[in-house]
Amino acid sequence: MSITAVVKKNTYFDSVSLMSISTRANQLPGVEQAFVAMGTEMNKGVLSNLGLLTADLGAAGTGDLMIVVEAGEGADHAALLSEVEELLVQKAPSARGGADTVTYRTVDSAARAIPEANLAIVAVNGAYAGREARKALENGLHVMVFSDNVPIEEEVRLKQLAHSKGLFMMGPDCGTAIINNVALCFGNAVRPGTVGVVAASGTGAQEVSVRIHALGAGISQLIGTGGRDLSEQVGGIMMIDGIRALADDPGTSVIVLVSKPPAPAVQDKVLAEIAGAGKPVVVYFVGGSEETVTAAGGHFAASTQDAALQAVRLGVDAHAAVDELAAKQVDEVCARLSPEQRYVRGLFCGGTLCDESMYALLEVSDNVWSNIQKDPGRRLTAGSSSVGHTFLDFGDDDFTNGRPHPMIDPSLRLARLVEEAEDPQVAVILMDFVLGFGAHEDPVGVTLPAIAQARKIASDAGRHLEIVGYVLGTDLDTPALAEQVAALEAAGVTVTRSSTETGHFARETARKAHRA
Amino acid sequence: MSTQATSLFTSDLSVVNVGLAMFDRDLTAQGAQVTTLDWTPPGGGSPEVLAALDALEDPRVAERTDAANAEAVDRIVGARPMLVGFGRAIDVVPGMTPTTILHAGPPITWDRMAGAMKGAVTGALVFEGLARDLDDAERLAASGEITFSPCHEHDCVGSMAGVTSASMYMHIVRNETHGNTAFTNLSEQMAKILRMGANDESVIERLVWMRDVLGPMLKEAMEIGGPVDLRLLLSQALHMGDECHNRNIAGTLLLTQALTPALLQTSFTTEQKKEVFDFIASSDYFSGPTWLAMAKAAMDAAHGIEGSTIVTTMARNGVEFGLRVSGLPGNQWLTGPAQPVIGPMFAGFRPEDAGLDIGDSAISETYGFGGFAMATAPAIVALVGGTVQEAVAFTRDMGEITTTQNPNVTIPALGFEGIPTGIDVRKVLATGILPVINTAIAHREAGIGMIGAGITHPPAAVFEQAARALARTVA
Repeated sequence: MSITAVVKKNTYFDSVSLMSISTRANQLPGVEQAFVAMGTEMNKGVLSNLGLLTADLGAAGTGDLMIVVEAGEGADHAALLSEVEELLVQKAPSARGGADTVTYRTVDSAARAIPEANLAIVAVNGAYAGREARKALENGLHVMVFSDNVPIEEEVRLKQLAHSKGLFMMGPDCGTAIINNVALCFGNAVRPGTVGVVAASGTGAQEVSVRIHALGAGISQLIGTGGRDLSEQVGGIMMIDGIRALADDPGTSVIVLVSKPPAPAVQDKVLAEIAGAGKPVVVYFVGGSEETVTAAGGHFAASTQDAALQAVRLGVDAHAAVDELAAKQVDEVCARLSPEQRYVRGLFCGGTLCDESMYALLEVSDNVWSNIQKDPGRRLTAGSSSVGHTFLDFGDDDFTNGRPHPMIDPSLRLARLVEEAEDPQVAVILMDFVLGFGAHEDPVGVTLPAIAQARKIASDAGRHLEIVGYVLGTDLDTPALAEQVAALEAAGVTVTRSSTETGHFARETARKAHRA
Repeated sequence: MSTQATSLFTSDLSVVNVGLAMFDRDLTAQGAQVTTLDWTPPGGGSPEVLAALDALEDPRVAERTDAANAEAVDRIVGARPMLVGFGRAIDVVPGMTPTTILHAGPPITWDRMAGAMKGAVTGALVFEGLARDLDDAERLAASGEITFSPCHEHDCVGSMAGVTSASMYMHIVRNETHGNTAFTNLSEQMAKILRMGANDESVIERLVWMRDVLGPMLKEAMEIGGPVDLRLLLSQALHMGDECHNRNIAGTLLLTQALTPALLQTSFTTEQKKEVFDFIASSDYFSGPTWLAMAKAAMDAAHGIEGSTIVTTMARNGVEFGLRVSGLPGNQWLTGPAQPVIGPMFAGFRPEDAGLDIGDSAISETYGFGGFAMATAPAIVALVGGTVQEAVAFTRDMGEITTTQNPNVTIPALGFEGIPTGIDVRKVLATGILPVINTAIAHREAGIGMIGAGITHPPAAVFEQAARALARTVA
């Protein structure tokens, strides 16, 4: 051990700086102990206790700086000393945490500081989402709850609170809305227009907005009410408020309602609003009845495509039209299947897309199984193998608990695609690819390797496996619709033009495959 | 519905984004205004704490709580603590006896005390003549004949070990607005001192001189000079770059300026007066304890308001951190483990030498200065990492967990905003921001003293306990 001591005459540092310098000096490599302090009696006392007080140091005054470095044998004292002296020269402060950036930790503080704030998006774990939504409503903000797994009792309380304050409480469990031409959470780039949508279904809402865009029209407002809004418990609170808001909105000429099958009593309550809207209202409730809608004064739609078409015809362009599915296309596919290949397997990201295809197939077969089947006898869980015709909604809570939505993280669906390809009874695999804000940046690209693998498994076993893909998106989305369609076609995938057409394709191939 | 919806449909979107940063990017790309929160699960994510927080935030409860808190911060802001005199603890402190030793923080027994506190206790017993030497003092301390009690339970605060014995001289600070009085002992100045756990002959000698010369001279000076408005002095000291907890240069000058004319008129000899002025000049900490008594006088006035979630005491005994909340009246301590203090150290010491957080001095932060006013003291930014921006960020963060700003004590660099005032238990849990405390570091062993300074935080557990206890009282 050897010691070097230096006294710098008339060099003053305040005690806090010296503590900081001393601490850093002690961390220098090679330093056993460093002591940087003013020559006060107290500091000299400490040095004396440590046995380090030389005559030079003892003579130091209160305005003199003392530097003492203790290092191992053979250390380069001159170098160490100059390193310590470098610490005395203050560097410019780092740019970390600029003075102008203000961050807020709570909805309360953000709402207080930003008086023009008018909407909150809540996308935190479902256990905390209700609380954050409540805070936002209490601060007078409209709310979009993106989170899944929010208890339904909490949803009811929040919607009652929102209703009492005249605010929207969109979601949970339906992360789609377009307000003032801005898509919130999951949404597509569609042109502005006069069609207003209230939807209790996320991908259902996306599909309708995209189809309206494809017909040359646009969206005024799209209010996503949450997937459970039309359940018995919630009672359609937000859909009713949404209808009223669009009825009052001068920018909206026609209203479209979209939902998975509603609770009957709630359906009646919602349909009762139609008469007073003063604008045409098109209703697409998956599996809904024409009579009920017509009796309430609404325009019944049998599909998402039909809903979009009717809305555009009623509010924008009376001559709008879409092409039908060509029977020839189905015949060609069926001709390539072996007699054993009888079943359709749908692997969906979008709940309503899944539901719509499933309902189309239910028209020709009872042997339809799903994790979102209304018939509890034919319900599957996330862990079950496929049975007969199987439709899986990978966006359902059962699959998403603790993991991102399949529109962001496709891994579960990719594994299932390969698994289904092994089953010799499978004729057609349906898949949706959802583009837009919040979605995966290249949903087709990320699936192509699994598609190739699935096709190889089938062809190695001497089968033709028909993969049918539908891309939900517009020419304004990134990536654009055409790009994704081209990539699917290049991979040998049959591409359908709408969610409705996907269902029709599934129904017709199943019908023909059964007949054969 | 219609008016709110119509106004949304006709306004530009300004979104508060809670949770997913990716939505910020998407919304910004579409031309919307977005503010993304720096969000963490409230209550540390514990369902039990969250339930307590929800109970406290229930609108009907919150309305009463907000009113109670408004009353509490009104009292803090409105308190006018005046230095009115000095006197021996046995003569002025409620409940003091010749064999009582007051200490910092929540209640603690001799066997569990930290090294610094044990050092201070044994030194005090020798100083009082109750023990022959330090060994004898240890025996006596363990014998059960000494009454240990928290300073806070006797209208007192004590910095670091807080050890206060019968014949020590105390500041007497009277809150003119609310009529209550607070006490604290005199600064011993330098590092090797009783309150830091040092107890050798030089320490005892200094205490004897403080008892026989400094204390009586201050007492007489106050009788001549009359009351000193401490809130005014504190406010001026902040404007001069002190945060009045770890930096006390300006405050010491101001206090000395106020006391000097009267000190000169006392009946003591010129030699003794010179000793006092030399003592004051020997370090910058002379006014340190004075501000603690000032804060204590204000915070006691805010304690015991039914339903209030305002923190009125943060105090540490070197083993446990203790919290008291206005709505939990009397001496209901919520405790958790004392935390390490992070910061630079005197030459010759290392982090492993440091004792845990100790002292009643966090009454500074409870009132709103110290760490809460870090933005006003750029000279000591080394304590918080090194940059002025970081110091400002500390003050801004404290604004997130407090109820109001004190218009009587302001920060020039922040456009004369008042110091963040009235820590709200609900806000601490909702934001996950813990109060920041500037403090000194005492050696972990008895007999050594101060070895550094830095910052620390209370353990989150004390706020969680507070929320549960408060939720029970409102339920």
